[in-house]
Amino acid sequence: MTGGHATGGHSTAGHVVGGHATGGHVVSGSTVVAAALLVPAVAYGVAVLRARGRGRAWPWWRTVFWLAGLAAAAVVLAGPLAERAHTDFRVHMLGHLLLGMLAPLLLVWAAPVTLAMRALPVGAARALSRALRSAPARVLTHPVVAAVLDVGGLWVLYRTGLYAASTTDPALHLLVHAHVLLAGCLFVASIAGPDPAPHRSPPVLRAAVLVLATAAHDILSKTIYADPPDGVTAAAAEAAGQLMYYGGLPVELALAVLLCREWLGRGRAGSRQAGPHGVGSRRTRPHRAGSRGVGPRGTVLGRAAHGVGRP
Amino acid sequence: MTESTGPEAAQGSRSSDRSAGTNVLCGVLLGLGLVAFVDETVFHQLLHWHHFYDRAGSGAGLVSDGLFHAFSWFATVAAGFLYARLRREHAVRWRSLVGGLLVGAGFFQLYDGLVQHKLLGLHQIRYDVDLVPYDLLWNLSAAVILVAGAVLLVSARSRAS
Repeated sequence: MTGGHATGGHSTAGHVVGGHATGGHVVSGSTVVAAALLVPAVAYGVAVLRARGRGRAWPWWRTVFWLAGLAAAAVVLAGPLAERAHTDFRVHMLGHLLLGMLAPLLLVWAAPVTLAMRALPVGAARALSRALRSAPARVLTHPVVAAVLDVGGLWVLYRTGLYAASTTDPALHLLVHAHVLLAGCLFVASIAGPDPAPHRSPPVLRAAVLVLATAAHDILSKTIYADPPDGVTAAAAEAAGQLMYYGGLPVELALAVLLCREWLGRGRAGSRQAGPHGVGSRRTRPHRAGSRGVGPRGTVLGRAAHGVGRP
Repeated sequence: MTESTGPEAAQGSRSSDRSAGTNVLCGVLLGLGLVAFVDETVFHQLLHWHHFYDRAGSGAGLVSDGLFHAFSWFATVAAGFLYARLRREHAVRWRSLVGGLLVGAGFFQLYDGLVQHKLLGLHQIRYDVDLVPYDLLWNLSAAVILVAGAVLLVSARSRAS
């Protein structure tokens, strides 16, 4: 291994980086969190094996999405990028794009709820299904609520003193990171997620929310460009504002494609509250069947291809 | 043509009405997206005439710009899916589609030129030059595109009936 390598002569031109005690403390705390991300990684792997053991195929690329999403989050929470983000607002903004936009897109499209339905024992799967249908879940996964939590949270972060406070208080810093990641996941799931969603809003509403949330994100990035948050230099704010504006675009486009595919694409299933079976096998998914009352191990998949031609 | 009655004929004309509407909608959305794309790539990135944000104008200008930017990308994606559907159903009508495209492009160009540049003072076409010829060319070309699109749409309607 190349262990002795890193400690060697990397001090460029006598420029010593270390020596900020609070920064070191934050990073070590984040390292624990990043290590904790191993738990969902292993859990997902175990669930895939259990689902396979029950004869249910699981597409390999969903596993790749899950691991890539966790990796994107880990890179932001610990390591050199996390360290530089404390002093460089542009790197912080790159972290926001990874943690708040890319990681949620990947994690949600790994369809963890569907996988859990297939891997959990029947009783636990029923409980999970009940929880998804509960009132709090209904409120949280409403597109408007999710968008306000997600983009509204960013407005609060950058347009109040919260950002400056989060750079000095490690606990607050972690809390902000957790909120950004979780709110991002809620938003992606509410706009266009593959998992069963018993209360999915109509596509028009989801499209409107996506456009408005994207606009709010764009406007926020321009206000950051013009009016730096506390403790950020004008040059860094200009670079970070443009990075936020253009860097968010790929994820926003991906969401638009996923939503339009469901809304206007081939299947055009108006009611996509497919049970746990709808995922993983788009081609063979029955179009309008399977939308109600599917238990965790229903049998809808079997009778797949009955052509639902439009009249 | 003779008037044909009966449920089948009625259903047929209704579905062709709907596909004509889808053609126009697809064109308008694509036109919006196209102008936004040209604006971004040519005027912002290649010529560097437009600025990311010149701190001028009101909050309303910033909101208007953000909404149009967000909507134009979504419109482009939606137009792609609508076009794919029209192709699948063998229902592409080029006159309606291109007419819609020109109307969408002309409308957005005119909105950008009159409301966003002039009324809201969001940003200008170019800086440190006499703006009058630029503004005239911008808005006149927009009006010509808009009118051409409208003419195409009217001719598409008269051909269909």
